[in-house]
Amino acid sequence: MINQELKCRECSRHFPLQALAVCDYCFGPLEVTYDYGEIAKLDLKNRIEAGPRSIWRYADLLPVECETPIDLGAGFTPLVRAERLGAQLGLSDLWIKNDTLNPTGSFKDRVVSVALTAARGLGFKVAACASTGNLANSVAAHGAFAGMDSVVFIPKDLEKPKILGTAIYGANVVAIDGNYDDVNRLCTELAGEMPTWAFVNVNIRTYYAEGSKTLAFEIAEQLGWSAPDHVVVPIASGSQLTKVHKGFLEMQKVGLINEKPIRISGAQAQGCAPVANAFADGSDFIRPVKPNTIAKSLAIGNPADGWYALEVVKNTGGSIGAVSDSEIVDAIELLARTEGIFAETAGGVTIATLAKLAKESKILPDERVVALVTGHGLKTLDCVSDRVGISTTIEPRLESFLEALEKGQVKLGSASGASS
Amino acid sequence: MSITIRIPTQLRALTGNNSEVVVTGATVGEALSGLESAHPGIGERIFDETGKVRRFVNVFLSEEDVRFLNGLDTPVNDGQVISIVPAVAGGSY
Repeated sequence: MINQELKCRECSRHFPLQALAVCDYCFGPLEVTYDYGEIAKLDLKNRIEAGPRSIWRYADLLPVECETPIDLGAGFTPLVRAERLGAQLGLSDLWIKNDTLNPTGSFKDRVVSVALTAARGLGFKVAACASTGNLANSVAAHGAFAGMDSVVFIPKDLEKPKILGTAIYGANVVAIDGNYDDVNRLCTELAGEMPTWAFVNVNIRTYYAEGSKTLAFEIAEQLGWSAPDHVVVPIASGSQLTKVHKGFLEMQKVGLINEKPIRISGAQAQGCAPVANAFADGSDFIRPVKPNTIAKSLAIGNPADGWYALEVVKNTGGSIGAVSDSEIVDAIELLARTEGIFAETAGGVTIATLAKLAKESKILPDERVVALVTGHGLKTLDCVSDRVGISTTIEPRLESFLEALEKGQVKLGSASGASS
Repeated sequence: MSITIRIPTQLRALTGNNSEVVVTGATVGEALSGLESAHPGIGERIFDETGKVRRFVNVFLSEEDVRFLNGLDTPVNDGQVISIVPAVAGGSY
């Protein structure tokens, strides 16, 4: 493996790769750094194209030795041209990164696969996390696949599919009487007490977060080794947005894509919009909020990487939008009906924000835009259950159906691409 | 004014392993300066070069983050407790 090390994002101190949660001098978050000059000398394109159809094709830019990664098949999800949705939003070159199609239905499989592979290498025995649900699903599945015990901590009001979709893998599911920020604080304390437990998004966070870079790597590869003009990313902790940006920069540094400006914009729910608020106020201080939104997977009131996400958005000329719960559900429906992709609430946040930014001309009509749809709609069925359902119930007879058709109980011609 | 400052594990090497240090001062800033006088070297771990509290260090007066109060200028009362708590990153997306 070409030399890698940890570097503090605040005070720039360096450390060798190890299980260090934060800088032990100033408590700043740590970043994995790579010797890009050496990596650029590799025959990278061929190494990647010959690799597995998962995030592990980009192993040269991930922080682990990957002789035997814990690979359930995360990543290499479709990047689809969204012509119908684009036409509705006035965007002529819109693409959706469909990360609903990961092994456990969300982009979390990318970060967990990297985190647990690194954790196993560092000697950790138990897979753990603080989660709003998607991460719990993924830690439990990858733990089972790797033969590691797993213990996941969640707020007790999570959607049932996310709880069952974790417990089925044999994980211990500990529900906390509090919100996500309470769960996170508890896990931070526990990580200090349990030296062999890898809390993927707490004490292994430095490694975990690197997994999100693979979204940028794939987008560029799928666009024929070129970067889009604009990317719209949901913000909870802010880590994904920051790492997607890092991913594009790294590809430029190692010569996989040409240098060009890439705008990064963020999406939040109005019920939990600390980063969007700071952006709107022109403030550098992210004031924590108490979340109240149906977008539970984004409901982090005190975002760990919020400041860095804000910085990336400002530096790249992007924007941050916040949308209401009803806009979120409208957008879930719109995406499903135009593109055949059923997203969970976080995807609704992204698509609703995409629509809002396009309307405000913060995304331009001819920009090549990629929107990240990061989790599957089957995880948050409750939020659409009063919107859609059975069209009509009939007797199993031909005439009953024809009658229903006559009465307009079965309607044709409403599909977005249907000819009139 | 006598103020108790709670020291996080990571900084106790600088306080002779004491988890609490008693100092005097009329504001949070004065109390923290008193801590540096008593235990030289601890100040640079808490403050950056410009004298601001480092972004990943939280300072609480009683249970309230001083960023929500008046920052280092927040007045303190006799017997109050200041806690220095490193902000350990968490969160998911």
